[in-house]
Parts: sequence; structure tokens; C-alpha cells
Amino acid sequence: MSEIALSQTPIHLRHGSNIGQPLTRRDGVLKVTGAAPYAADQHPSGMLYAVLAVSSISRGRVAHLDVASAKAHPGVVEVITPANRPALAQDPDEKSHPFMFRLDLLQNDRVRYAGQPIAIVVAETLEAATEGAALLEPRYEIEPARVGLDVGESFAPQAVGPGFPPAAHRGDVDAELVAAKKTITQTYETAAQYHNPMEPHAIVAAWDGDTLSIDTPSQGMAMAQGRLAGIFGISPDKIHIRSPFLGGGFGCKGLIAGPQVLGVIAARAVGRPVKLVLRRDQMFGPVGHRGPTQQTLRLGTDSEGALLALDHHTKTMSSTYDDFFEPASTVSQTLYASSAVATSHEGVRADIGTPIFMRAPGEAPGSIALESAIDEMAEACGMDPLTFRLKNYAEVEPISGKPFSSKALRECYRQGAERFGWERRPLAPRQMRDRDGFLVGWGMGTATFPAHMFAAQAKAILRRDGSGIMEIGAHDMGQGAWTALAQIAADGLGLDLDQLEFRSGTSDLPDAGIAGGSAHTATAGVAIHNAGADAIARLADLATNDERSPLFGAGNAGVIAREGRLFRRDDPSRGESYADILGRAGLAQIEGHGAGGDPNMHAESDYAKHAHGAVFVEVKVDPDLGQMRATRVVGAFAAGRIINPRLALSQLYGGMIWGVSFALHEQAVVDPRSGRTMNANFAEYHVPVNADVPSVDAILVEESDAHVNVLGIKGVGEIGITGTAGAVANAVWHATGIRVRKFPIALDRLLAQ
Amino acid sequence: MGFPIKLIINGVARSVELDDPRVTLLDLLRERLHLTGTKKGCDRGQCGACTVIVDGRRINSCLALAISHDGADVLTIEGVARGGRLHPVQEAFIAHDGLQCGFCTPGQIMSAIGLIQEGQAGDDPERVREAMSGNLCRCGAYRGITEAVLDAQKMLDAASRKEVA
Repeated sequence: MSEIALSQTPIHLRHGSNIGQPLTRRDGVLKVTGAAPYAADQHPSGMLYAVLAVSSISRGRVAHLDVASAKAHPGVVEVITPANRPALAQDPDEKSHPFMFRLDLLQNDRVRYAGQPIAIVVAETLEAATEGAALLEPRYEIEPARVGLDVGESFAPQAVGPGFPPAAHRGDVDAELVAAKKTITQTYETAAQYHNPMEPHAIVAAWDGDTLSIDTPSQGMAMAQGRLAGIFGISPDKIHIRSPFLGGGFGCKGLIAGPQVLGVIAARAVGRPVKLVLRRDQMFGPVGHRGPTQQTLRLGTDSEGALLALDHHTKTMSSTYDDFFEPASTVSQTLYASSAVATSHEGVRADIGTPIFMRAPGEAPGSIALESAIDEMAEACGMDPLTFRLKNYAEVEPISGKPFSSKALRECYRQGAERFGWERRPLAPRQMRDRDGFLVGWGMGTATFPAHMFAAQAKAILRRDGSGIMEIGAHDMGQGAWTALAQIAADGLGLDLDQLEFRSGTSDLPDAGIAGGSAHTATAGVAIHNAGADAIARLADLATNDERSPLFGAGNAGVIAREGRLFRRDDPSRGESYADILGRAGLAQIEGHGAGGDPNMHAESDYAKHAHGAVFVEVKVDPDLGQMRATRVVGAFAAGRIINPRLALSQLYGGMIWGVSFALHEQAVVDPRSGRTMNANFAEYHVPVNADVPSVDAILVEESDAHVNVLGIKGVGEIGITGTAGAVANAVWHATGIRVRKFPIALDRLLAQ
Repeated sequence: MGFPIKLIINGVARSVELDDPRVTLLDLLRERLHLTGTKKGCDRGQCGACTVIVDGRRINSCLALAISHDGADVLTIEGVARGGRLHPVQEAFIAHDGLQCGFCTPGQIMSAIGLIQEGQAGDDPERVREAMSGNLCRCGAYRGITEAVLDAQKMLDAASRKEVA
């Protein structure tokens, strides 16, 4: 490199040339023609089918499996049980870091939850494997099921969520509650929920010696490689994962799940490629879920409605054998100004599969309880819910006292309220009816989600023909990585999008980190941006040091890269194309490398970093039958720079629909006698259908953030659920005058009050 | 032991030697004929991801035994685009971002085509939402889906008026 001072991040980014454009999905044609390859669509030659047998009890041991009958069924090739399962290099119950979860890989005959895999049947056809699994007719030694939040002794977990502290406080909530003029104490309950992406977990695994090739949906290919490498005792670079398209993830494909590993085990056992796809009912058990919660909130205000105390305590549940505690109280640390704030958690253990992060883990259930409580407090103060929230607007992060890196929440309240028509809302409940006599209610909630950054790498290549390549093993679960990341890549390389080849979705590309925490666009995007900047800097270095270049000596003035050309910042008429620079240097290509993630991610930041939003909801309730529908949902969100407004809106619509689902539809119903989920199917585990969400609208509120990352991105994947769920609950109260504190607000719960 | 059936799939006549009477139409398409655009989301007729059009009617192919459809005319997502051109419904799904992960999309599109063909779509969003409610979308792309169906209906209406004229 020359001595000329070239910025490592040259000012060549004209955000808006690609970034910020509402492009349609670049993978749209593949998806609407059925040509997008999902894992279960693969069919390597010689492939066999594996089907799992899962336990119908929640605790005990498998006393007998009729392996002989299964094996005798025509087409069945092998039955794998703990008795003959190939040895593994690592105990599936080993746990050496918080992101390593214990798996059920047929290590013994114990059953620790309903739906636990107890055998694999491998056959020539899916039909034969399915019949073989049915023929196993397991007999059990049954021990009584222990399920439900009142299952037994509770305890203080060491950590909640993925390694967060379980408790925090600022000020003295007890003292402030004594001093408060008005107080409320209420308990809210949320149900266990299952991610249920439309695509069940699937894997097609093939061994070639000690090399493993797999097609499987993954939100974190590098972590999956590492986990499989440990289990099978091979080097991670011997494992090739293809995951170009996920049929939804929502957290349950973040870490490789037990059934996926069982597919790899089956392939090893039979020495042929194997496809294993979970049945829908098998998605309720071994692939994680959101734990149920019981949350108690204590709030107190002065005589003017200013919060003096906010105390949020959550009781939640993990499995008997591993730790994941839904961090529901955490949301109260950051949202409303209060003289004193305290958050805490307690845990119980039950005979269930281990919970895991599910879209807005902690924030989703925490938000519905907090927003309900804030509404109840506003009511107690006789204040409009929006006025009350503005009165208690947090100018700094309440728990830490830090300034926000940016916070356009006031603008969200203003724009959202205006589009919704909030000012016409009567203060008292049960005041509005529609033409058909249905009760109409309007409610609101504040949305919030932290702006995370993880670690990622990317590689950029500029080619002699003037085109570019960006390589990153990113994950597209539907959020639009194929499009949004390519937009960042094109701007990072100063190219038009049609001059860029964007390579992604396989594990042999640079590690893009995990697609979770609403951080993938920010994390992978920054790696891409930096890789592009590095390639451009190297190219500029070539040109500014070459006497034959019109850019010779321009290093001090700086150069700008745009549309495949470098030119002087002080004289845009002096420049030349990438192709000319590389051609003269006799180079076929030039490479750049970049890392994403905050280099100081483990250091204390000076800023609190969160996205915010305001959601307004109308519900209509049949006064006789109690049937409810969210007839209008309007959200306004400020989440830093928006890379692609079209795709960001889709994420927000989807999140808000999850919020409606949280408040009105979703719950796993567990039979206390057997410990089984009684509605492990799409007919009875209700998620919204098209007719359930007639009107969803979102506003992207402009927000510029200089602190979250170089691109100013905060993320939009999860925030839509928060705020919305509580707004629905508050609207039901406003429609009916009835406050239901057990979610979802099913009609029987409404009519029972 | 085989069970010979004849099907017309996406306009092409095919003789299929079924190896097993238990094979569903969905598993025939996906696992035997490698037409994997049609998706399996639940295998119980509860999600609509496997929707195909058989003899002009929308059906859940996971609930149909292949052997009971001897002689049927089957249209799958692979047969929707003609001559390298997307069907108006496919175009509209892209334009309105009526998809995210894409897994339910083939089923949504087949349902949309079916209900437009049946004359059920009209220009009433409420009717479209109701008629499309047999197809779950966990990502929550419903707004774009509804807009896409209405828009495609409009385009197809205009095209058929032109044909008549």
C-alpha cells in the first residue's frame, strides 16, 4: 500500500443509488415459480427416507420397541434405536457454552418430554418408513408428568434468554410505591407458543468418507458446522451446508436441532444419503418453543401521572435438563421513564422440550404485559393512554441512564396516531359500536427492540470486466437477505446492481454470523460494506500511484467510487473505470475483505441502542358471542436506516400479525395428565389466516443513527410484535370494558369475566 | 407389484407406475416425479401449502391418494408460467411482495389462480381474504397476497375483455 492517506472507508457511498430503493425481491421469480430450492426438495441419487418415532409420554423410559415388526415391513432398511445408534464423538448432553443446547440423539432409553425422538426408521420410500415407525408400537414405563408453571419449587435462574442477567434495578421501587399517589399491581399470563415456520425442519444428509454434505434450513450455518463437527468428531471444514432458502425460521432454526442431527446419524448408519423431514406434530417438542410466563407488574405514579415505580417480575419455565428462560421482564428496563425500575425472573422446570428464542424472545411476552399494565395505570390516572406514555417518555435509558443513540419515538407516536385517527378516541371504554352493533375499541402500545450487532465476515472481488462479486454465507428466512444485502454490496463496491454477483446461502462462504436478534442486515451489511470499501481502497491505491492514471496523485484529495468508476473528489471529470485500472495493472481481479459487527461489541457502549415504534389497533367484538377481530392495525416505526422499504414494510406487517396472533390466537394447550400438547397441528394451534387481519398498515419514520454501526441500521424483524400485542389487548378492553389478563384473549376468557 | 395410472401433469400426458397404493398425489409429485414446487407444510390438509388444481378444482394434494386420481388433469406451480412468461398472478405476487420465505407461495398462487378461474375473486378484498384463508402464511404476507390477487384479477379481466373485443 502507498503512503498516501486513503481512508479505509472512502467517502464513495452515495446511499440511495441502491440502498434505500424499494426493489422487489431478487429471488421473487424463483419463489413464485416453485423453483427456489428448499432442503426437502433435494433428492440425491440413492437417497433413503428417514422417519422419526417420537414419545407419547412426557416422562419415563421406553421399555420396548417392536423393531422386528418394523424391520419386517417391505422397504424398511434400518431401525435405529439407542441399542444400535452409531457412536458419537461427543455426549449430546454435554454443554460447554450458553449457545450449546443439550440434544436428544438416542443416547439412552429415558424420555424427558412428549414428542422426544425415540427411534429412526429408514426405508426406500417415505410410505414404508412411515409405516415402519408406526409398527414400533412403543411400550413405556410411565412416570407422572410434571407440567405447568405451578409444577413445583421455583428458583432464581443464573441467566435468562441467551446469557442475560436475570435481575436489574435502578432506584428503590418499594420505597417509591409507598410514596406513590396511585398504584396498580396486576398479573398477566402468556401461553407456550411454537414457532411453526411453514417449512418443517428438514435435512438431506450425505456422507462421503468423513466429509458431510447437507441441505438443511439454517439461521446460522457456521454455528451448525461447529456443533456437527463436535458431535461427529470431524473438522468443521469437512461439513458443507447449503441453506439458500429457509421456509421461515423465527428462531427455531438458529441452532441445529436434534432431529436434523438424527438425519445425519441415519445417513451414517445406512451409508447412503438420507432425507428426514419432521411431521407438523413433531414440530411441537424437539425444536424449541417460547416458554409460558406469569408476569406481575407493580406500577406507581405521583398525582400528575408521572411514573415513580415500575417493577416487572416474570415466572417462566425451562426443561428439566437445560436452561432457556424467557427474559420477559427485560423490556421494562428501557421503555418508560420512572424514578425506580426493577426487573427480575424466577424459573421452574417441567417435562417439556427445552424452550429457545422465538421471534422477539422476552420482548414479545414482556411487551404485552407491560403495555397492558401501562394502559391500566393510565386508566387509574384518568389519562389518555397516549398522553400517559408521552408524560413518561424516557429521554435516557431508564435502567442505565445512558443517552439513546437515536430515538424518534415521539415522531412514531405522532405519525401513527394521526394516520389512525387516535384523537377521536373516547376516554371511557364501551363507547363505540359499528353499524352491525359490534363493540369497537381502540388501543395502543409502544414497540421496542434492541439494536444488536454480531460478528460476520465478507469478501469482495472486483473483476477486470468491470463487474463485482460479493461473498457472504448469509441466511434468507424470508426477510429478504438476497435483495437487501445485495443492495448494500452494490453500493459498497460502487456498482450498479446488475454488475454485481451476490453469492450467499452456503457454508463455504465467509461466516455471516447468526440470522437472529433482528441483527442480520446490520451485521452482514457492515461486513459487506467494509469488504467493498477494502476492495475500492486497494483499487484506488493502484490508480493514484500510477503515473498513467488520471487519478495519479489524487490520494490526498481522495477518490470517489460510483457506477464502476473512480474519480477525484475535487474534480469529478478526472477519473477512470475499474476495468481500465485493473487492465493497465495487468490484474484479473482485486479482492477486499471486511468484518461486520461492532469491534467493541463486548465493551460497554456509551449509548443505549434500540429501535422504537407506536402501534394503534382497532378491534371489533361481538357483544353476545365474544368473537373478536383486529380490524385495523397501524404501526409507525423508527429503526435507523432502511435498506429496502418494500421488504422492511413486509417484515413489519408480518411482525404486527404475530402481535395480533399473540394477543388473540396462539397457544399450546398441554394436557396436565400426559404432558402432551393437545393441539399439535395447524387446525387447532391457531395462527392468523388472511381473513383474521383485514387491515395492516405501517409507517417508516425517518431516523438517522450515527452510533449503532457505520450504516446506521437497527433492524426490523422482531419489533412489529412488540407494542402490537398489547395494543390489541388494550383495544379489547376499550371495546368491552373487560380486562383479560390471560393471553391469548380467547372468547371464553372474555365471556367468563 | 405396481399400480399403473395415467395423469396429465401441466399439460403433458404421463403414465406412472405407482410403487405403492399409499402414495399421496403430493408425494407422487414431490418424491417420484421431482416436481418439488408444491410444498408439504402439514400433510393434513390444514395449511394449503400443497394446493394444486385437479380437473379445474383447487385441492390439497396431501389429502388426495394418487391412485384415486387416475386420468386426472393436474396443474402445479411448475406449469403456471407459459412460454417463459410469468402468469399475471405470479407477477402480481412479486410486485406486491405477497411473499416472504416463499414456502407457502406456490400454494397461495395455485389457490389464487383457482379462485380467479372460478370467478370468486371479484374486486371485493373481503371476499378475497376469506377465499384465500385456506392457505396459511406464517410470515404474515397477507396484505401483499390480497393486493396481488385483486391486481391480477384486474389484469386478467382487462385481458379477457380485450380477447372478447
